[in-house]
Amino acid sequence: MSFVKGLKCRECGREYPVKLLAGCEDCFGPLEADYHYEAIAKVLKRDVIASRPKSIWKYRELLPIESEPQIGLGTGGTPLLRADRLGRKLGIDNLYLKNDAVNCPTLSFKDRVTAVAINKALEFKLEAVGCASTGNLANSVAAIAAAAGLPSFIFIPHDLEKTKVIGTQIYGTRLIAVKGNYDAVNRLCIQIVDRYPWGFVNVNLRPFYAEGSKTIAYEVAEQLGWHAPDAIVVPMAGGAMISKIHKGFKELQRLGLTSETERTRLYGAQAAGCNPIIDAVKRGSRDIRPVKPNTIAKSLAIGNPADGYFAARLIPESGGWAEDCTDQEIVGGIHLLAETEGVFTETAGGVTVAVAQKLVQQGRIKQTDLTVLAITGNGLKTLDALDMAPPQVIEPKLAAFEEVFGGAYHVA
Amino acid sequence: MSLKVVIPTPLRKLTSGAETVEVEAATVQEVLDNLDSKYPGFRASVCDESGSLRRFINIYLDGEDVRFLENLATPVADGSEIAIVPAISGG
Repeated sequence: MSFVKGLKCRECGREYPVKLLAGCEDCFGPLEADYHYEAIAKVLKRDVIASRPKSIWKYRELLPIESEPQIGLGTGGTPLLRADRLGRKLGIDNLYLKNDAVNCPTLSFKDRVTAVAINKALEFKLEAVGCASTGNLANSVAAIAAAAGLPSFIFIPHDLEKTKVIGTQIYGTRLIAVKGNYDAVNRLCIQIVDRYPWGFVNVNLRPFYAEGSKTIAYEVAEQLGWHAPDAIVVPMAGGAMISKIHKGFKELQRLGLTSETERTRLYGAQAAGCNPIIDAVKRGSRDIRPVKPNTIAKSLAIGNPADGYFAARLIPESGGWAEDCTDQEIVGGIHLLAETEGVFTETAGGVTVAVAQKLVQQGRIKQTDLTVLAITGNGLKTLDALDMAPPQVIEPKLAAFEEVFGGAYHVA
Repeated sequence: MSLKVVIPTPLRKLTSGAETVEVEAATVQEVLDNLDSKYPGFRASVCDESGSLRRFINIYLDGEDVRFLENLATPVADGSEIAIVPAISGG
């Protein structure tokens, strides 16, 4: 049974029935799913949620699908790790990592949104799906479409990391590399969707797809014993995830699953080489000035973020802030997280860690704040960003080992 | 100067279904003005009350977002292609 009331324009409020639609036909604003919350509140109780297996579908009443999910059943339910060692480095007493570096099936938060979108594509009986992607979404759509038996067309910028290219091709998709940055790829896809009867998860399936990100908020709250954190640091590309996390926390309050008095401050993180949302927040504006991205954080390299307006509005409204970091700081963040918590994240996660460090230094995140870092992707996908010295090579002889590492036993 | 304008689906209700239309214009602003004379209501669909481009619509001149050029004042050349594209993204 579905609890979806319909689609609603976030800009002008025009309502639409559930259908395949990229945006509002009047003002071009993004559409989002609206729900019968009173009906959901009657069935979606804490004990019901607790009784269900760990996945995004624990909260299926709050996801815009009509029937039982068919695919992506193992997606979500990722660990919320207490991060005391990193917390001591950053100066936060109550620090947690939402570790989507181990999300299934393709090791990034994108599996959450894709799982919702592909189930929707099956409901709409679409003959093919696709996406424009900076890499993680490409991996995710290729994998979940393969598992659903749907052909897929995936468009990426031509200069993507090799691991993300192979990690897409392996699923037998039709992968198309486009000369240009993500914004050019995306524009092409919008025009393709206009002509072909396919479902592009981030274009005409977007009102459904984007809802998947809400599950990060649901899981974090449930894993904290039904509490909303004081602060959450979220990496931003198009700006959709941070506003959906906000929506997720609001919905839990509305349903009485968390306290009405708990407020989560949203902190947005971008790379300095692609920071249009940070720039708007710092100017005190919602007006996004597009940029030409130049950063190693390719998964965040969207210079023209369509949801940037909403992110730039919600961040200050929540009492949060936005900050960026250099490529060098991103690499530092990746190392710091790996060395303190044993979590290997991709460049986007490095952005989150480095920005969290700055926000503490600026006094925006307080030592006592219960803080969650959204670690959204896996480090094995962006090895190109790291330049590590090769390991010491020795002969297979004890003497050779002792010559080089003789003092190692006494290392603290 | 004559140029081609690519019309997105939601606006084709104004252009009798045409995917592309030809207009004479010297700037992006004139493109919109001339489209509005040809297809009444066109400007109101892509611009807000103050005459600025709506927040969720982008205009590209030969593949470049006009916000990187001179916005609506950007000059257009004979044979250029203007694409009006809704703003959508999500990595």
